[in-house]
Amino acid sequence: MDLQATTSSVSKGCFVFKPSGKKRKRSIGKYICLANSDDRENGKQRFAICQRLWGKIKGDTEALQDELNKKILDSLLEFSRKWASSFQCKPDDWASHMRANEIPTAALVLGVNVPDHDMTLQSLSDLLQSSVTPFVVSVQAKECAALKHLMQRVFERLMGVGITVDEEDEEESSHCNTAVHQKRVHCSMNTLCQWYKSVTKKYSAVSPDEKRSVLNKDALPNPPVVVIFKDLEGFNPRVLQDFILICSRYTQELPLMFIFGIATSPSTIQNMLPHSVSSLLCIQLFQSLSCTQHLATVIDKLLLTHHFPFKLSGKVLQVLVSIFLYHDFSVRNFIKGLQLALLEHFHSQALSVLCCEKKEALLSAQTLSHQDVERIRQLPSFMRYVESQEPQEQVELLTSDERVKETCEKLLKNLRKYHKNYYPVLRCLHSLTSALPKYPLGKQIRELYVSCLEKNVWESSEYGSAMQLLRMLAKDELVAALQKCTDVLEQCKAKKMKRASQQLKEYISKFEKLDRHSAGDNTAEDFTSPEKSLQKKTDLFHLQKTLLEMKESRRTKKMSPFEVLRNEVLDFISSLVRTHLALPDEQPLHEVSYFSSSAVLRHHLNATPRNSIQTALSHPYRYLQNEALKTDAGTVSSAAPDICIVYKLHLECGRLINLYDWLEAYSTVVSAAEGKDPESADYGKVDELKHARFIQAVSELEFLGFVKSTKQKTDHVARLTWGGC
Amino acid sequence: MPVQLQHSGYSAEKLQSLTESLPCREAQASTLLALMGEPDQYSYPSIFIYGHRASGKSYVTLRVLKELELPHAAVSCVECVSPGLLFEQVLLSLFGHTAASSLPRCPSLSDFVRLYKQLCSQNPAKQTRYIVLDRAELLRDMEVNLLPGFLRLQELVDDNVTVILLSEIVWDKFRPNTGLFEPLLLHFPDYTKAELQKILARDSHPSYPQELYSFYINILLGVFYSVCRDLRELRHLAALNFPKFCEPLENGEAKESDTHKLWRNIEPHLKKAMQTVYLREISSVQWEQQQEMMEKEAMAPKGLSAYTHVELPYYSKFLLIAAYLASYNPARTDRRFFLKHHGKMKKTNFLKKHEKTSNHLLGPKPFPLDRLLAIFYSVVDSRVAPTASVFSQISSLVTLQLLTLVGHDDQLDSPKYKCAVSLDFICAISRTVSFDIVRYLYDFL
Repeated sequence: MDLQATTSSVSKGCFVFKPSGKKRKRSIGKYICLANSDDRENGKQRFAICQRLWGKIKGDTEALQDELNKKILDSLLEFSRKWASSFQCKPDDWASHMRANEIPTAALVLGVNVPDHDMTLQSLSDLLQSSVTPFVVSVQAKECAALKHLMQRVFERLMGVGITVDEEDEEESSHCNTAVHQKRVHCSMNTLCQWYKSVTKKYSAVSPDEKRSVLNKDALPNPPVVVIFKDLEGFNPRVLQDFILICSRYTQELPLMFIFGIATSPSTIQNMLPHSVSSLLCIQLFQSLSCTQHLATVIDKLLLTHHFPFKLSGKVLQVLVSIFLYHDFSVRNFIKGLQLALLEHFHSQALSVLCCEKKEALLSAQTLSHQDVERIRQLPSFMRYVESQEPQEQVELLTSDERVKETCEKLLKNLRKYHKNYYPVLRCLHSLTSALPKYPLGKQIRELYVSCLEKNVWESSEYGSAMQLLRMLAKDELVAALQKCTDVLEQCKAKKMKRASQQLKEYISKFEKLDRHSAGDNTAEDFTSPEKSLQKKTDLFHLQKTLLEMKESRRTKKMSPFEVLRNEVLDFISSLVRTHLALPDEQPLHEVSYFSSSAVLRHHLNATPRNSIQTALSHPYRYLQNEALKTDAGTVSSAAPDICIVYKLHLECGRLINLYDWLEAYSTVVSAAEGKDPESADYGKVDELKHARFIQAVSELEFLGFVKSTKQKTDHVARLTWGGC
Repeated sequence: MPVQLQHSGYSAEKLQSLTESLPCREAQASTLLALMGEPDQYSYPSIFIYGHRASGKSYVTLRVLKELELPHAAVSCVECVSPGLLFEQVLLSLFGHTAASSLPRCPSLSDFVRLYKQLCSQNPAKQTRYIVLDRAELLRDMEVNLLPGFLRLQELVDDNVTVILLSEIVWDKFRPNTGLFEPLLLHFPDYTKAELQKILARDSHPSYPQELYSFYINILLGVFYSVCRDLRELRHLAALNFPKFCEPLENGEAKESDTHKLWRNIEPHLKKAMQTVYLREISSVQWEQQQEMMEKEAMAPKGLSAYTHVELPYYSKFLLIAAYLASYNPARTDRRFFLKHHGKMKKTNFLKKHEKTSNHLLGPKPFPLDRLLAIFYSVVDSRVAPTASVFSQISSLVTLQLLTLVGHDDQLDSPKYKCAVSLDFICAISRTVSFDIVRYLYDFL
């Protein structure tokens, strides 16, 4: 990097360079290109595709979020509009005169996925700003440690000027430009009221036509002032109480409205505010969508579709989902993980140039370089494909580049077709099995998807038990489930799916016909009679006997037409599953679009600081990449850094370590590194330098939390970790 | 029978209207008037008025000052986040706009006194000036010289000025160690039931007769008097529930004389209001909507405290469970609960005397991070890598206020926490991960 060029300082020092957005983008580009510096063109192309895909993901998820939040945002908007209009025309009747002046408050329960809140609250504030009132302020707990800071933030953001409370804030606000400096005012509620009056006067003075252009048509002459508390739990209760008390004194002059963003449960409000304060608020509750539902929709829209060429393998998806479920519940982090997977895929897989829309992929398949063709030949899935071909064809594929390109096009088309059929059938299977008791194939479609990605689903025992349960379904349930399936299949355009849905429809109509046929004769009686006899006999022996008999009779019994038909349908479904839900790993060229290195992802997303420290100490080669440090497992080269040697030695000790013994041992090891003759007199002798190095290493270990000083024994330190070599 | 306020310094008409506007507070008002003396006379330097919420302290004081047209400044201390604001507001209302703006930035009490002196020498007092400081208890938290300074302001500025402090706290709690000028104390007692009835009955609904409203207030007080004596809150409740009370009258089901019927109609309703809208479980708007909907469907919106369920990530649940166990079990018993071969340890054997009382009665105890993690790893059923996200979950539990950090958050080395959730909450959480927490709690052994 060109950091040296930009610092003109002569003195030594630390310089912080904040990366600008542009720079970072370039560096991502470089990152991808650098993987194979020999073909830059390829890298550039991959980078472009990666960017485009990421843009698509981002746009899609944002749209999705807006859509999901629409309901709650709409009701919030409705709430604020209602209050806003009630501020306009204060009813002058008896009741409103008698009623205490409450501040309308919306308690918005957002769930514990705190990282996602920002987006929701931001879109809420944007919506409010565009349709209800221009005066919307958001405050965060960490910037409002004291009441005056809270007031200051609210005033600043409302009035758009620097406001001082005290001398101490002087420095902070002196950064504001000078124009603002003059307008500085004291932050008292009175000032705010005056400001509000002047602003609304100006506002209503604007002619109606102009007003319409500024805001939308139902803008009100006295728009409310909305204060959004982003994270209610974080606020100091005292601060919040005082702020509410102050605000409640001005409800007549200033139409205030609060929105509390709550992460846990609404009862926090009651825990934070005493009755005397909460009685000043008119709290209405709004519950947002749960994050698991949100994730389900994101997965549904982003991953379970053929429109999106980039795919995750089962393991990778599992890593991402488990981080979500076990750790943070944050959809935003899930999408970040997806972004990382995308980036990593385009970085590590040179053939990812083919991972794009159909037309483009075919085009780039035609223009593959020789090197890329070689890469294709080395793909395991392609090799398998070649082996399955005729010998003549095999030779051609191994010798002619053109032939490979042609095949590649064909295979890409096949892969696309495979995906087109895969997802509808997956959904179909899910809609059938999701209603079964105990959910043998998972309640959520993502669980089914993961198990389908990992192995052939029809070979699993869960699938068998699901099918068994399906074979026991009553008719109305079965028909309803089948109806759902046909609905799913009808939505997709692939020919095969159309045909399948047609067939399913035929089955459904057969079931209905059956209904009409069997209305006359009463077959139900046959079934009930053995059970009736069962109830009579209480003796265990007899019971067993009759049960065996029943089993026997059932086996030999002729199946009713309904059962025959049911078996037929389920066989049909099974055949659909077998043909379309084959493993992606078996598809040729699947490496192009599937990202499968889950270890990389886990390594990046689920950082293990402790493990890293221990690895660094026990295997310094991993980080230092110095050949001299390469050793067998369990040993440390004597050339390793002091701290590694000290660490290694301390592992051999018990709970208390004698410092002098430790020093002796250390000095012996280090002397060996110096290459001294083991026979000489001063071998292993402690000189000042070694002593100092040892002390430094020990204090570093103490800093890392491996040892601590103890008063139990003189000249000893206590070990803080267990186990050793 | 109301006593006519009498004072030689003011006209009889003003006193008359004052008496009318201050029902049931005549005694306090006349004491106040006597303390204030005639307008041009020097008054006592400081008066401290205390009494419960909504017992008419500021209402009476301000009413008297306004009605008698005395120069005064009324400031609520809760608004004054800095002393500067307080000084500014006082000067603003006593001497006008220009005076307030000549205060220096971040003024101290001496700045205020100096400016005050300067202004009152230009503009000497013909009448006693009054400074009313509402919620005076907050003055104690501001600078130390503020409260003593205000108490002897008369002496400091050498002007005819009286400071009236209003507070809900008794004077004893104000005295600092250094001592200060003792103000005159004036207590406003709570309104009695009869007084409340009288005051509330004053604002009757224009379209209904006075007696009916008075009857309604009687019922209302019968229900609410035991829990709430706050006049403001009672008025609010009266307004909210009056339409329901009038419903049988409007429908023609009852006449105004059918007091029993009216009572039967409203009483259960008021009881319900006490449990919901009075506690702000549901908002007053929702309450009103509910009243309108009542006939159509009985489904009432759930109150705020009904939503206690919190959805947490899987490991957060176990971290919280571990924190709860660490908070409520003595550290010595961890061996017993979390070691496989702990040997036989009966409760009686290792019981210390002070541990015989239930830990749940004593409340959560702080525990170090190490102990939390040790318990966490033994309760969670799978192997969990000590990743950064496990640690970040602990801090996010702290921000959600499910755990609290004990001590200062600067302490990076072995921080201590306390678990801040209830037994019910943790039982609900552990049920979702099918963990039988009661078996692990020392109290329930």
